[in-house]
Amino acid sequence: MEPKLITLNVNGRTHQVALKPNVTLLRALRDLGYTDVKNGCEKGDCGACAVLLNGRAVNSCLVLAWQADGAEITTAAGLGTVDRPHPIQEALADSGGVQCGFCIPGIVISAKALLDRNPNPTEEEIREAISGNLCRCTGYTLIVEGIRRIIESENQ
Amino acid sequence: MLPEFELLMPRTLPEALEMLAERAPDGMPIAGGTNVIPDLRGGRYRPACLVNVAELPELGGIRQEDGMLVIGGGVTMAEVLEDPLVAQWVPVVREAARTLGSPLVRNRATVAGNLANASPAADMAPPLLVLDAEVELASREGTRRVPLKDFFLGVRRTVRQPHELITAIRIPLPPTNARARFFKVALRKADAIAVINGAVRVDLGDDGFCQTARIALGAVAPTPIRAWEAERTLEGQSLTPEVIAQAARLAAEATRTIDDLRGSAAYRRHVTEVMVRRALEEELWSPNSLP
Repeated sequence: MEPKLITLNVNGRTHQVALKPNVTLLRALRDLGYTDVKNGCEKGDCGACAVLLNGRAVNSCLVLAWQADGAEITTAAGLGTVDRPHPIQEALADSGGVQCGFCIPGIVISAKALLDRNPNPTEEEIREAISGNLCRCTGYTLIVEGIRRIIESENQ
Repeated sequence: MLPEFELLMPRTLPEALEMLAERAPDGMPIAGGTNVIPDLRGGRYRPACLVNVAELPELGGIRQEDGMLVIGGGVTMAEVLEDPLVAQWVPVVREAARTLGSPLVRNRATVAGNLANASPAADMAPPLLVLDAEVELASREGTRRVPLKDFFLGVRRTVRQPHELITAIRIPLPPTNARARFFKVALRKADAIAVINGAVRVDLGDDGFCQTARIALGAVAPTPIRAWEAERTLEGQSLTPEVIAQAARLAAEATRTIDDLRGSAAYRRHVTEVMVRRALEEELWSPNSLP
């Protein structure tokens, strides 16, 4: 159970951290200050901790930090900030899809992963893409609407 | 917080097999972690040592060789869904992979892990059973292949020894007249464990008679099962509504269902009969459906 020095590349910054083997990527990211990655169910059901790991959206609670040694990690805050939001973040805010906001960083990551692979998804594909992200406020209607707005605005 | 464990990080398959052999029976393979980590957290088991087999180069990729489709032991559900050979040869595997977990889970979860975990509800088991798949198990001593129908021993128990690793799932390429379908009943459309699942396969001859039939069912017994009697009822027959109804009844009789939070024993049995019947009817009524 000795800590090991690993490298985490997060949102373009490189961190060298000594971590024990039982530390999840979720815990490591939050301890580094990436608190936009939310700690929800810790068993892969809620999607609040989703990040992009080498371009694929994953639950960071199910990845051991050592397994992410050297990988490229992107969190929702790495896509945009309050001052310079990513179009996905802007669209979710404008559509009213954000209520308590806890699920939103994970939704942003799932939406980014979807649009990176499929720039013109159907409503069904949008719903499938966020099916691993639980929102208990909105009933998803305005979240799906927000993601649709991005596609419509980019198609203009 | 996860319990404490040692984590070994092999870079090659021979190194991983060496570590598993040295640590047996205490070493447990971990790949995507979508079962292992929740189970560690829930206290289902406490291995002293985990061996990380995610991204071992030898376990990647899906290839066609010698009349078989070979899915590497490290292949994820997402990779199965993107693979043209899977889409061409065994779309029933794709249908099942689409229903497993969520996209976030499918980007990590492996086919091999779904089988190794040996949940009675494992979504990949029924389609692989109807395709007569075999599991390739490697150890320091060598490699052996086990038909999937002989792989499961009980709830979360398989013939895999602690020093062995699933290195591939091998599927005989189905004949061109094979038709197969997957079905799943769950409490929500996505990210849900099956109340029941299953797959049916029928190979119809030019004369319209059934040459080969396979019916596999999940979440209705301690392991995924084949409905042998139901299969025998179909083989050599013209698949009339009466023959199909009889096979569906026999499939329900093959179950040993239990009550749990997802459904009652009686409901599982009933819905098994309905789903098997519908799956068989759909196959016959859509002659262009792909295997």
